Amino acid sequence: MELKIKQLSIFLENRKGRMKKALDVLEKGNVNIRALSIADTSDFGILRLIVPEPERTKELLEENSFIVKIGEVIAVRMRDEPGGLGEILGILDDNNINLEYLYAFVEEKEKVAIVLLHPENIDGGIKALIDGGEEIISAEEIYQL
Amino acid sequence: MIWNEEAECMSQEDKEILQLLRLRSVAKRAYNNVPYYKKLFDEAGIKPEDIKTLKDIEKLPLTTKDDLREAYPFGMFAVPPKKIVEVHTSSGTTGKPTVSGYTKKDLEIWSEAMARGLTMFGATEDDIIQNTHGYGLFTGGFGVHYGAQKIGSTVIPISTGQTKRQIEIMRDFGTSIMIFTPSYGLYLAEVAEEEGLSGKDMNLKSIGFGAEMWTVEMRREIERRFNAPAYNIYGLTEIIGPGVALECHMQDGLHVMEDHFYPEIIDSETLETLPEGEIGELVLTTLTREGMPIIRFRTKDITTLHRSECECGRTLIKMDRITGRTDDMLKIRGVTVFPSQIEKALLKMDGLEPHYQIIATRPHHLDELEIQVEASSDLFSDEIKELVAIKKKIENYIHNETGLRVNVTLVEPKTLPRSEGKAVRVIDKRKI
Repeated sequence: MELKIKQLSIFLENRKGRMKKALDVLEKGNVNIRALSIADTSDFGILRLIVPEPERTKELLEENSFIVKIGEVIAVRMRDEPGGLGEILGILDDNNINLEYLYAFVEEKEKVAIVLLHPENIDGGIKALIDGGEEIISAEEIYQL
Repeated sequence: MIWNEEAECMSQEDKEILQLLRLRSVAKRAYNNVPYYKKLFDEAGIKPEDIKTLKDIEKLPLTTKDDLREAYPFGMFAVPPKKIVEVHTSSGTTGKPTVSGYTKKDLEIWSEAMARGLTMFGATEDDIIQNTHGYGLFTGGFGVHYGAQKIGSTVIPISTGQTKRQIEIMRDFGTSIMIFTPSYGLYLAEVAEEEGLSGKDMNLKSIGFGAEMWTVEMRREIERRFNAPAYNIYGLTEIIGPGVALECHMQDGLHVMEDHFYPEIIDSETLETLPEGEIGELVLTTLTREGMPIIRFRTKDITTLHRSECECGRTLIKMDRITGRTDDMLKIRGVTVFPSQIEKALLKMDGLEPHYQIIATRPHHLDELEIQVEASSDLFSDEIKELVAIKKKIENYIHNETGLRVNVTLVEPKTLPRSEGKAVRVIDKRKI
């Protein structure tokens, strides 16, 4: 069971239509995005995506001249109520795990709230969360959600 | 191997006598046959007979590109039009193009100059030379062609464009020497890589590049990508085309064919001739050209002349790589900047593609410089703070190189225009 989720990071210029162009490529390639986040500065943005077939999607984007990197994140099930996220962050703090970024989504079908975390030390993060009793969702499950 | 030992290894004494004889002859030819020069000489109160020493060249008037433009089309010819067997023009990017006319003898001179030059960096009759310079009014194509034929090598006159075909031919015909502009060379390497052809697979002996400004770092990049040494070819349409000066194996300056093209360095502001070793504007005089003799042409190229012993054995005077043009020079907030400085700073960064554009604007009465650079996958990091740090790092390199604070924008790959010829590096949007 793979506990690390492959995430695509795509470099986007801060110009009109760049994000749409990337999404059009994905649409043409029949890629169904599971989760998405965009980080931006005034000059450029990084589009982060969770997709069912990360390698194929990377190739597709690169064929269209996009710069793509594959990184890893951890998917953790959250209690879908106030304090749900706080609990998870608390465990990471207690274990001195530094978080670079995170984003969250709710999956209606399974009625699940999921947070995707990118800690500095991913293995440390996984260990701390498991020890803290949190539920880590496997890659296979995430891609199929 | 030296193509013409007698000419290329001549003693300084003999050379100066030859140059003086030729200078007197070209001054006379220009005065007697080109009304424009007669007028210019008369206005300066000088006659060809006044040339008694080489230093007397300084008495002769300078010719500018605008002078040549005014003479469009054939006002500078010293022979009746029927004696002109070939014409070429400059690219006309900065105004009306200038015309260059050649008699049969002039084509011989051109072939000789390029034959010497190609031999300088090792070309022989066994080589297969792929010439990607444009064949047409541009002098690059034909100049290389004539030189290559003179030494007896097999020339592939493929001219510009058709990049995928260029790579096919390189592979199928077994090209041993590539000729291109540096910016096209880099583009070619990019496409070759996509086609699965690496530098090692190319089996090139060497590369001749020119027609554009370049930096040491850009040459290294070209050499790395093509896995072959690269040598500069310098020339200009007004004087003859490529062949005015070329690098030998030492890659330590270009040998000027000074028995045919006499070089001087002047201060572009005061117009006085500077001594050897000082940097300034290159001025060239054709000593032997029949169809269109040119006296003291201001090239606007900035360089230095050095007379020293070269390990290659030639005594031809050397000029440095052109470091800028008097008109490429940008003044930003009072600071003089050349695109070559920006290029040098950019190439210091690992993982940067050498595709960039410099945009000068004046948004609030103060000059601003934006440098757009293409990001590469090596450079890209998933973390915003790292990308911002990279942007700042580039800005710091540029600041170190030029003293200027600029704004660097990372753009997506393949979004900046590629060129088949000279790349447009600077866009000046300031309305002065």
